[in-house]
Amino acid sequence: MAKFSKKRGSASPEVSTASLPDIIFMLLFFFMVVTVLRDSELKVKVSTPYATQLTKLEEKSLVNYLYIGRPTPKFQPVYGTKPRLQLGDKFASIAEIPLFLEKHKVKVPEAKRPRITSSLRVDGEVTMGIVQDTKTQLRKSGQLRVNYSAKKRAD
Amino acid sequence: MAKKSSRDRMKNEINAGSMADIAFLLLIFFLVTTTIAEDKGILVRLPPWSEEEPDIAKLKTRNVYSVLVNAQNQLLVRGEPMDIENLRENAKEFIMNPTKREDMSESPKKAIISLKNDRGTNYKTYLAVYNELKGAYDELWEDLCQRRYGVAYSEELPTAYKRTIKEDIPMILSEAEPTNFGEEE
Repeated sequence: MAKFSKKRGSASPEVSTASLPDIIFMLLFFFMVVTVLRDSELKVKVSTPYATQLTKLEEKSLVNYLYIGRPTPKFQPVYGTKPRLQLGDKFASIAEIPLFLEKHKVKVPEAKRPRITSSLRVDGEVTMGIVQDTKTQLRKSGQLRVNYSAKKRAD
Repeated sequence: MAKKSSRDRMKNEINAGSMADIAFLLLIFFLVTTTIAEDKGILVRLPPWSEEEPDIAKLKTRNVYSVLVNAQNQLLVRGEPMDIENLRENAKEFIMNPTKREDMSESPKKAIISLKNDRGTNYKTYLAVYNELKGAYDELWEDLCQRRYGVAYSEELPTAYKRTIKEDIPMILSEAEPTNFGEEE
């Protein structure tokens, strides 16, 4: 009986909160590292194909993204189901690519401009027609470093 | 007497000194295990735009490895249908031509890969074909690098090494304008 009451009395000392800041900082760092800032909302469905010979893109600021895919169900009543190009956060036509590239270019320091890469994030189910038109337009605009975005395939 | 001593012991706080260490340990654990979402892909260099079509006719046919992908996603390699699984090995054999066959490339320097697709070809198939062709070259570079320098081929290799390797086995891939078959309406 006495033993039981003793145990209940022992609950009073509190756990030290001295390390709480550390835990909070840890969580903060964790989320800082993991979070990817997404600048544009996807209006087309993009599920990139799988490949093995991949290269990592190093500097994020030197990359501009071109999305090609079918509009998501939300946009299908307006834009139909034909594959479309998305630049930034809106649908665009092939003719708008040079302006888009130029807008990105002015934000990059002069010395780094030759290393600007265009990342083509293209849905696997899209036919080559629109991709080809995009490539031709990129070549005409002198943007020759291109990355076909793909996921790693385990062999 | 016994009761008093027990309460005294409970008044002691838990030693928080090591909590920071535990926190750092967890932090490091997460840092190591988390894969940060990153963009990977096949990096290519497009040829500069020119109005006139490149003249492939003046090249010797034995040096040209033509790959056609049609709107049904089928492969035609040098006039023969082929499965994509065999493409890499076949391309490697063509480029190096180890048995000095008359109908394969004179030397790796002269080998040219010509890739042509329809507008109706699936992007997935196109990329898979491109991946195999690049894979063939990657494997050849790897082989040469191992033989010459005894190290694995990677992007971190000294530029001089990479240059000599790419001089001996340059990757020349020419893409023709696609034909208008199977375009989606």
